[in-house]
Amino acid sequence: MDIFTFVILLVYLLAIGYLGYQGYLQTKTASDYLVAGRNANPVVMALSYGATFISTSAIVGFGGVAANFGMGTLWLTVLNISVGIFIAFVVLGNPTRRMGHHLDAHTFPELMGKRFNSRLIQVLCALIIFLFMPLYAMAVIIGGAEFIGPVFHISYDAALYLFAVIVAAYVIAGGIKGVMLTDALQGAIMLVGMVVLLFVTYTKLGGFTAAHQMLTDMAPLVPKGLAEMGHKGWTAMPAFGWAAPGASPEAVKQVSLWWIMVSTIVMGVGVGVLAQPQLIVRFMTVKSKQALNRGVVAGGIFIFFMTGVAFVVGPLSNAYFAKQEAITCQIVDENALLDPGADNNGTLTRIAADAPPEVVKRAKAFVAYKLPAEKADAVPNYILKTPAMRIERGAEGRPDVIRPGMIAIARTVTLGTTLKGNSDTIIPRYVNSAFPKWFGVLFLLTLLSAAMSTLSSQFHTMGTAIGRDIFEVFGKGKSSRTVLITRLGIIAGLVTAIILGKLVRGNIIAVATAIFFGICAAAFLPSFLGALFWRRMTRAAAIASIVAGFVASAFWSVFINAKTAVGLGLCQSLFAKPTLVTKSLTFSETWTVVDPILVALPVSALVALLVTYLTKPLPAEHLDYVFGGAKPE
Amino acid sequence: MILGIADPWVAAAYVLSVVGALACAVYGITHWNQGDEPAQAEDVRWAKEEKEEIEPTL
Repeated sequence: MDIFTFVILLVYLLAIGYLGYQGYLQTKTASDYLVAGRNANPVVMALSYGATFISTSAIVGFGGVAANFGMGTLWLTVLNISVGIFIAFVVLGNPTRRMGHHLDAHTFPELMGKRFNSRLIQVLCALIIFLFMPLYAMAVIIGGAEFIGPVFHISYDAALYLFAVIVAAYVIAGGIKGVMLTDALQGAIMLVGMVVLLFVTYTKLGGFTAAHQMLTDMAPLVPKGLAEMGHKGWTAMPAFGWAAPGASPEAVKQVSLWWIMVSTIVMGVGVGVLAQPQLIVRFMTVKSKQALNRGVVAGGIFIFFMTGVAFVVGPLSNAYFAKQEAITCQIVDENALLDPGADNNGTLTRIAADAPPEVVKRAKAFVAYKLPAEKADAVPNYILKTPAMRIERGAEGRPDVIRPGMIAIARTVTLGTTLKGNSDTIIPRYVNSAFPKWFGVLFLLTLLSAAMSTLSSQFHTMGTAIGRDIFEVFGKGKSSRTVLITRLGIIAGLVTAIILGKLVRGNIIAVATAIFFGICAAAFLPSFLGALFWRRMTRAAAIASIVAGFVASAFWSVFINAKTAVGLGLCQSLFAKPTLVTKSLTFSETWTVVDPILVALPVSALVALLVTYLTKPLPAEHLDYVFGGAKPE
Repeated sequence: MILGIADPWVAAAYVLSVVGALACAVYGITHWNQGDEPAQAEDVRWAKEEKEEIEPTL
């Protein structure tokens, strides 16, 4: 890290620390405004909400997926704005706030528990949150680590630990209390970073139409593996269809990308946001519906500049990498061999000097190089050697120039990845390669802000889930140990997220986020909507809906969805096949690329409906109380 | 072909993202002064409890 980066980073951390301290002194969390009977500034409120909503997962993880899949991922932005902001603020926000205040509920599980007069519901919701939210926290932490590794020229593991230390320090220093000005400052930094990213990208590529046209014309460069999945170019939706039962593997594969993009990336996250516990509690911290109405202005614009920019810049990075990138460096070895393993699918490793002939034969040629800022003894960077690559050797000690001429995902193939590359590193690589140093530092602050604001709310939610919603419920009320249990819960969540981040690096950020959003949607959404809008919904129906949604989601992930089932391996161990849906004349194999949310959410909703009509309603006096009446004696 | 984007479905998503953000702005501005209400006793009680019971545990 050079002195410039260090100073900027230090100033940023001091500013965040100072604002946190001021917030602590002047007590300016959202609840302070409410105690004083005032509205927080609507821009501050919306930025704070947006910063919690959008994390490194959205920018780095989903941006990388967009670079791979194309601009069709913008449908997620459409849902982020229309569902994640508009419906959330205008339809759900006020009833959540009213009910939360009336029932004196401070967490999502507590709201559900009090609405249905059931401690079981409170504990069930809290358990799901506590057990699965680390997966989402992991995605956020990986998103940060993938960027700071190259910036500081340190390994991924070192970046993961460094990032975790920064986050832990922030949380311990009071970041978790959600001081609104800190969150809003982080939101503002994110906004500036993403606006510059968009503007410079379009400028580099010749403007809106020219940039898109360049990308459209690159359709023939789509890698064979993606083309076989139905990828038709970065400005086109993938091929849509549904393979007939017993169809050939090629026919099944040809429609798979559409289902992955639409059901997992777009629907999973776009709809799942409504059932995110850390966002739902945010509505309770506003004073009136007016604050929510006003928040919609900044909220919609903010989200557009977050995911909208990520899903435009990600795909456009292909045009930059293929047409414009020039790496000024010192070439160490123009023909370095890396071994992808016997099945051609393993982690790329350097081959030994005395490697057997079969290893040399299967090894792939890479160019090894060092950047000017890197130390002489640092591990070199490796870039896949392709026919399109151009190398200009510098004469008389001048630097060499590599013009890779390859698309984004190919650019990520290097020592330590597989030949499939790592989409999680596309955005970091693009920023580090295409932008001047000062922007790299600004983007670092953007990602730190995005990560901190989301992680602090995640740890807040995990901590209260274990402390208030599980320990206090079982412990029959508040005790001095609640604080200890809450903090232990937060530490456990952070450590779990870091361990997971170390174990499962590579193309994982978007998947992990989508899994968590999907679980929340399937388990919580029907009963949450019922809690707010349907007096008739019964306690048994809420319990059944939560359990059915969760079980259906888990079952689909473990036994049907090819990506998760193969990754987990349980189906293979129990039934000796990778997923339960294999080639047959009964079921279409396209089911194996359908996201759990498309099945589990309808199951959860249906169960809620059926059980409600089969069971007795809650007592009228309880329902009157829940919907605004006096508390029954 | 809209803005160099070949597929109308992708062009639609691009345009709808912009339109959605603008629609949010228009909605918020036109409803800027609607929905105000004085803080109720239960709102203040909730906020005090959040301040005194939840925040210290974190």
